[in-house]
Amino acid sequence: MNLAEGVQIVSFGILVATTIAAALGVVLLENIVYSAFLLGGVFISMAGLYLLLNADFVAAAQILVYVGAVNVLIIFAIMLVNKNETFKPMKNPWFRKGATALVCVGLFALLGTMVQSTSWAVLDTIEPIPSTALRLGQHFFSDFLLPFELVSVLLLIAMVGAIILARREFIPDLDAEQEFVFTLPERPREPVGAISDSPDDSDS
Amino acid sequence: MELQLEYFLLLAAALFCIGIYGLINSRNAVRVLMSIELLLNAVNLNLMAFSNYLDADAKGQVFSVFVITIAAAEAAVGLAIVLAIYRNRDTIDMEQFNLLKW
Repeated sequence: MNLAEGVQIVSFGILVATTIAAALGVVLLENIVYSAFLLGGVFISMAGLYLLLNADFVAAAQILVYVGAVNVLIIFAIMLVNKNETFKPMKNPWFRKGATALVCVGLFALLGTMVQSTSWAVLDTIEPIPSTALRLGQHFFSDFLLPFELVSVLLLIAMVGAIILARREFIPDLDAEQEFVFTLPERPREPVGAISDSPDDSDS
Repeated sequence: MELQLEYFLLLAAALFCIGIYGLINSRNAVRVLMSIELLLNAVNLNLMAFSNYLDADAKGQVFSVFVITIAAAEAAVGLAIVLAIYRNRDTIDMEQFNLLKW
């Protein structure tokens, strides 16, 4: 990218700050709607980092796919399962959180020392590819043709699977003449949790 | 002083660790899916940094496009599973999805 080094450093710092802050907000905030919107912030700042790494096509694809599709899908799922439930407290939550934080900090320290101690064979001159879309297309249709087609089949399978999983079951023989009620013709379902919550009738 | 490869790798490692923390500690099932997206983004950043600094042929960008595609498929299927579980169990608490727990 043809930017001055100072501009690159400053924009990298801003993007790092927003990414880390938004990711911490995604994980730590109580309200899940805030988490979903902060996740969009993470995706957008990741797209900015891709621009710093001379990958303009993937940055655009990141914004299109993640912010445009995945984030909207997550917000729709939050709306569909919108239930204000107070979770039952676990036995020792601070021990769990502390152990997890310890493991994560240890993993970060391990990765950090690995990154610092490895001597990477960085290229001498990093010159940006003039048109990354052209180069990606050449890769997709020459040496990555089989993975490309497999991924398209996988997307089709995932779409069909998601529709089948999320679809409600309709009652097949519903006589429409009986009474006119404005409800969805849906089979009433017993929640499974009701069985395990009442132990007195479990052995009957 | 210019941007080094190590900066991007450290950022990706930090993002990955935050994602793992959220993956283990969150009790809302949707938040678990969001943490998985964070993990996939960290891996994508690694691929992209290596593609820029170690390879002049943009092969890492090809891989990261594949990762983006699979992440989209994973999000769709995962949210469908969350909806199905919510409809059956009437909760999204991860601690109560224990039908297969011994």
